[in-house]
Amino acid sequence: MQAVVEHSPTPGASAQKGKGAGFLLLSPAVLILLVWSLVPLGMTLWYSLLNYNLVDPTLHGFAGFSNYWYLLTDPDFLHSLLNTFILVAGVLVISVGGGTLLAVLYDQEFFGRGIARVLVISPFFIMPTVSALLWKNLMLHPIYGVYSAMMRAVGLTPIDWLAKFPLLTVMMIVAWEWLPFAVLILLTAVQSLDSEQKEAARMDGAGPIARFRHIILPHLGRAISVVVMIETIYLLTVFAEISVTTAGGPGVASTNLAYLIYSRALLQFDVGGASAGGIIAIIIANIVAVFLVRSVARNLEV
Amino acid sequence: MAVKTKRSTRIAVTLLGWGIALWLFFPIFWMILTGFKSEVEAVSTPPKLFFMPTLSSYAEVFERASYWHFALNTVIVSVGATAGALLLAIPAAYSMAFMPSKRTRGTLLWMLSTRMLPPVGVLVPIYLLARNTHLLDTCTGLAIVDMLTNLPIIVWMLFTFFREVPAPILEAGRMDGATRWQEMTMVLLPLALPGIASTALLSLILCWNEAFWSLNLTSSNAAPLTAFIASFSSPEGLFFGKLSAASTLAVAPILVFGWISQKQLVRGLTFGAVK
Repeated sequence: MQAVVEHSPTPGASAQKGKGAGFLLLSPAVLILLVWSLVPLGMTLWYSLLNYNLVDPTLHGFAGFSNYWYLLTDPDFLHSLLNTFILVAGVLVISVGGGTLLAVLYDQEFFGRGIARVLVISPFFIMPTVSALLWKNLMLHPIYGVYSAMMRAVGLTPIDWLAKFPLLTVMMIVAWEWLPFAVLILLTAVQSLDSEQKEAARMDGAGPIARFRHIILPHLGRAISVVVMIETIYLLTVFAEISVTTAGGPGVASTNLAYLIYSRALLQFDVGGASAGGIIAIIIANIVAVFLVRSVARNLEV
Repeated sequence: MAVKTKRSTRIAVTLLGWGIALWLFFPIFWMILTGFKSEVEAVSTPPKLFFMPTLSSYAEVFERASYWHFALNTVIVSVGATAGALLLAIPAAYSMAFMPSKRTRGTLLWMLSTRMLPPVGVLVPIYLLARNTHLLDTCTGLAIVDMLTNLPIIVWMLFTFFREVPAPILEAGRMDGATRWQEMTMVLLPLALPGIASTALLSLILCWNEAFWSLNLTSSNAAPLTAFIASFSSPEGLFFGKLSAASTLAVAPILVFGWISQKQLVRGLTFGAVK
């Protein structure tokens, strides 16, 4: 401390200089993110108000809100919106519910726990196109799939999952990828719980269920809310898993908002309509994002 | 008595823990196994657990599918995006961790909020911008988009690591006449190297597995492994052996990275909210 005082005769000037340097170091990242977040957003907003089709030059001019009106009265859009909510909610329930229970399970000591944990977390690191095709072909294929073979072995008729229950099957595949994420985060949170506190509760005669409800669950509250919000952001735009398994079908049975926007934009070249869909996706994501940012902000000490 | 119940509980926990782990990992195990089967054995009914392993599927993937082309694209895009992001993020995180101002908190939260923009919301303008600037189906274009998507996460993660470096050490360096640049490169970077490494690893994992932009912004020239695997969704996917061999190759490095760095990843994935 002594040295600091001795060697900086004019602390005000040094702070001033620090400020300038700090700004200089920070500005490239901030500027590029500013451009990245505002320009495409502005363009989407602008396109959403235009009649604009990449393959139909006769269609042009200002459309006002007709793209939105057209979209909001389109049964396919409403169906895809419903599918989006079912997909997000289903995966959240499976991954957060299962993740909480598994976090407690893998917090217990047992033989080979480290290896078991690694196996559980692995699906999160598999790229989406691989996990989708892995399930579609190797696991659930009605003739060659392992699950179909198991069903035949116990005398059941194998089900063509992706044809019969497309949305449910996509949900299961996505849940298989995101359950490990929840386990990874929640296990870390459980382990940060003071073991003395757990021990004290056990000494006081609290059973496992009472310990879970009154000690572990309250401690996990914030981690769970963070998992819910981060997963929601990603799950709102599940795309690859749908694209390589069902391509949104049959009909629009497994089309979510992301896949609908993609097919409007890059298969039907309807820039205006797709942009209107994009704006709606952004609005939905922002509602979730507000809560996430608030929750992180509470924990941020700067 | 107490010991006895404890033992039975422990056996139950062990069985449950291993049972669930094996069940969740089974698809990956089966994929690795199928990669070593011949195409005929890969579709045998009932599926075979024991068989004569062969490398024929791997040989075919390397020969016919120009696997290296796609793998190289993935490496170029992931490494390029990660390097670019670190180059922008290290000075920014350094500035916010050691020279905080009134606006630092707001800046961090704003950065987080840009990550919340769903990619599909800006698919149309990004696609058209890439097309107009001839960056469509190029590694550069995909790397730029990946870099920008991950930049907020990387800044955040670095920020949380840098803040753990005690400021007095940096000040001591400055007292000895180190410039800001020397302070950052010669004092901070070596100290924070493990943190920077795990940040880079997270970025590599996210870029490697990124599927939305790679499926939409590339077609052949710059198509990475995610897109290559997606091409098996056509009837070609019925070649289970080839699909499995190609998939195993595509996920192996990331699986290993993930296993190594699982603890540190939590911090980046939750923006420091869970440690």
